[in-house]
Amino acid sequence: MADSSNHRAAILGSIRRSLGASESLSAIAQEYAAIARTYTRSSMSSAIAVVELFEDRLREYDAGVYHSSAGSVADAIAEVLTARSKKSLVIPAGLPADWLSKDFAFGEADAFDAYRLDKAEGLLCGCTVAIAETGTIVLQNAPGQGPRILSLVPDYHLCVVFADQIVATVPEAFDRLKATSDLPTTFISGPSATADIEMTRIKGVHGPRFLDVLVVEEAKA
Amino acid sequence: MSEVPAQTAHWNRQDFPAAAREMLENSQTRKNVQHATNVIQAKRNKVTAEMPDWEDLREAGAQVRAHALRHLDYYLTQFEANCTRAGGHVHWASDAVEANRIILGLVQQHQAKEVIKIKTMTSEEIGLNAHLEANGVRPVETDLAELIIQLGKDRPSHFVVPALHMNRQQVRAMFQREMNLPDLGDRPEDLATAARTYLREKFLRVKVAISGGNFLIADSGGICITESEGNGRMCLTLPDVLISIVGIEKVIPSFRDLEVFLQTLPRSATGERMNPYNSTWCGVHPGDGPKEFHVVLLDNGRSPILADKEARQTLQCIRCAACLNACPVYHQTGGHAYESVYAGPIGAILTPQLHSMGEGRSLPYASSLCGACYQVCPVKINIPEVLIHLRGKVVREDQATFAGKFSLWNIGMQAAAFLFKDASRLAMAERIGQIGQKPLVSKNGFIEWLPLMLNGWTQTRDLKAMPAQSFRDWWAKEKAPQANSSQRNEMGHDG
Amino acid sequence: MRVSLFITCYNDALFPETGKAVVSVLERLGHEIEFRPEQTCCGQMHWNTGYLREAVPIIRHFVQVYRDAEMVVIPSSSCVSMMRDHYIKAAEMEGDARLVTEIESLLPRIYEFSEFLVRKLGVEDVGAAYPHKVTYHASCHSMRSLHLGDIPIRLLKQVRGLDLQPIQNMQECCGFGGTFSIKNADVSSAMLADKVRNVLNTGAEVCTAVDNSCLMHLYGSLHRQRTFVRTAHLAEILASGHAGAKVEEVRA
Repeated sequence: MADSSNHRAAILGSIRRSLGASESLSAIAQEYAAIARTYTRSSMSSAIAVVELFEDRLREYDAGVYHSSAGSVADAIAEVLTARSKKSLVIPAGLPADWLSKDFAFGEADAFDAYRLDKAEGLLCGCTVAIAETGTIVLQNAPGQGPRILSLVPDYHLCVVFADQIVATVPEAFDRLKATSDLPTTFISGPSATADIEMTRIKGVHGPRFLDVLVVEEAKA
Repeated sequence: MSEVPAQTAHWNRQDFPAAAREMLENSQTRKNVQHATNVIQAKRNKVTAEMPDWEDLREAGAQVRAHALRHLDYYLTQFEANCTRAGGHVHWASDAVEANRIILGLVQQHQAKEVIKIKTMTSEEIGLNAHLEANGVRPVETDLAELIIQLGKDRPSHFVVPALHMNRQQVRAMFQREMNLPDLGDRPEDLATAARTYLREKFLRVKVAISGGNFLIADSGGICITESEGNGRMCLTLPDVLISIVGIEKVIPSFRDLEVFLQTLPRSATGERMNPYNSTWCGVHPGDGPKEFHVVLLDNGRSPILADKEARQTLQCIRCAACLNACPVYHQTGGHAYESVYAGPIGAILTPQLHSMGEGRSLPYASSLCGACYQVCPVKINIPEVLIHLRGKVVREDQATFAGKFSLWNIGMQAAAFLFKDASRLAMAERIGQIGQKPLVSKNGFIEWLPLMLNGWTQTRDLKAMPAQSFRDWWAKEKAPQANSSQRNEMGHDG
Repeated sequence: MRVSLFITCYNDALFPETGKAVVSVLERLGHEIEFRPEQTCCGQMHWNTGYLREAVPIIRHFVQVYRDAEMVVIPSSSCVSMMRDHYIKAAEMEGDARLVTEIESLLPRIYEFSEFLVRKLGVEDVGAAYPHKVTYHASCHSMRSLHLGDIPIRLLKQVRGLDLQPIQNMQECCGFGGTFSIKNADVSSAMLADKVRNVLNTGAEVCTAVDNSCLMHLYGSLHRQRTFVRTAHLAEILASGHAGAKVEEVRA
């Protein structure tokens, strides 16, 4: 039986035979740089319009949208949790302490395995960037966001998004993400869904069935 | 280790016209396929029309994919280096046998009796499930549609929505039987909830997961997977070991290129502005996701396709299936008629090439060349052009055989080519046709039956008989004398 | 303008009335029409069926016949798209650089009939009258290769007495596809059945198009089903209703 290195050589050899002589790295880089990227990078819309678009898109996905000012995040979270009848949430390490109202129990994620997360009432976290045009929040493994499992296993997800974290377009989001592209990254657009049966989008399959987004209208401190 | 026959992308039971005939008789399937493709097409058209830069995105996507393929060896080795640096293990598999061997070996190394899987057409292509089962490992499909296919012992008919040929009542009946849920309702919500309950325990318990990959990212060594349900994320993050099997053509140069494909792929595939979940990760990340990560890079007939400059664009495909949804042939037949994991227009060009034109030779003809596929392709694969190119290969190869050379088709086409080289021959043939058709022409002036290969036409259609006078004869009789005389007059004036 | 008519092989043999109509419309607009009897076929059937080498002499013949033409008008969008989409590639495949140059120089002088009227001559109203309920079938090549858009519709809207009925799923193929209708006769028939249903649902008496190939296919089924819906090439409608022009009853 052929060992793996033979297969590597065979595949690369076959590719090179098919393609002909390979080019220098600088020629490849030049060719890559010359790719026509005439698509829209950024939007002309005002910051307010961008936030509105983001919220509209979220509502289309059937996500809940709430508002807060920078000074009253904790109160706003408490209101959302009361409305959702939640008493305790999981939080990632590094979440700002001043978001946490004393009336609710918040447990740091480190103490949870998948089975405990499965029993948890929900997750509260922040995000790295959000995209208005597609109603997307992007989470990375960073303080205040935590490992991917957190936003996956619990049935409820409350995400805090600051207005200045919301960009209009997908390319703008990538401008912000490229420095940390090696981190585990998850783009979340609405609650878990499927369209596998008769192409009807139905909410809630394996990921959280309920997604709420709290938009904090002022810039992140 | 027990071997099952190495499976290939093509099922190789019968040619497209015969398989299509079977499918056309299944009116329920046709209805389901038409409903689903109509819904998805309408959504796709709406969310692409709202993008003023849609054509720019298509162009950029095409250029990025074409560039990556032109330098595939470079980008694959770059991916390998970066993935390895991030703690991943990269394996190379020339064919299905090797890929199955690698994956089974990894599964056995961890003493896993069960693995959870994300929908991956690449694993369908290599027949991975059969290979695992034959060796005592139970693969569990976790995508709703793939679960439907697996429990129903069916085959995928579409690579984004594999169970698109089934409606909710059919899915319910199958779930009731296979999950032992006699009271299950038939609302899509009920069916999704049943799947959630059925699979959640497995997500939490099973230690090895197998996925495909939408993109291999060369400059970060990462992989990107797009999905809707969250089953993908479950498989990517909960088990201890993750094995991703990805075709070598799936590489993109840079993380940044996702800014194009994460716009074009979801809008083309499901008609959404963004699918619910996209995940990217590089190797292993302490405290987040699997402790061990393997990528199996699969060739299985891909690298030779690169040699054909005209057909190379086939490998640009990002598997959105927009061409299936837009294709009027697919609308009629559904995916099973293509006898391949890769159905529809892209399947019609990819499948035979994956087999060096040794299988699926009728597939390049499974198209009216209407061009709808090219119009919707987010990476601008000119599928009609490649279809014709592959037809050319089929014809040339057939002509090299005795049977092909003396086939009715070849003789007929050679004869027609002979006539079209010279107008006097063509005029003569027209005259012979006008007389020769007489025994076939009914009283009403139409031909209602034709022999041999032309018989298919008259099964459902009449053919107008040739009129007694061709246009060229009319011109010669009515117009040419005038034209000649006016020409003579002009000459007279000049002179 | 001296306009050279390429009638196409199947129009020549099966639909001479379409050619007569093109002559009538263009002459009425004051153009001189010539017909070069050496013409045969554009090569599309061979090319699209995969007989690529066999198509090249046919293509070369076309180029030889028309290379000095001032303007070539063709009442068939699929033949024009054959030329625009594939001729250069065919010549390159043959390694014939001279043929490539000749094709490059000839292509800008080639027009599909309705395209010639609207884009080249700037005419939408040719003075026709056609008191019938009509629906328009947009052929695939007219839409996706020549990008004719609403050009044929604009021409039809100017025809006196013509009642234009929109058709559902206009963008979907009728299933002809040349030899596809023979090689995959069953699928082709199923596609045709859908298209015919949409034609019948319009309630039109006449279905028109810029390609007689699609119309031949459609009429094959309309006639088999003994409907009373006729088909007529756009040129035949535009040639109708003038003093001296015979009122259209071509396919009945």
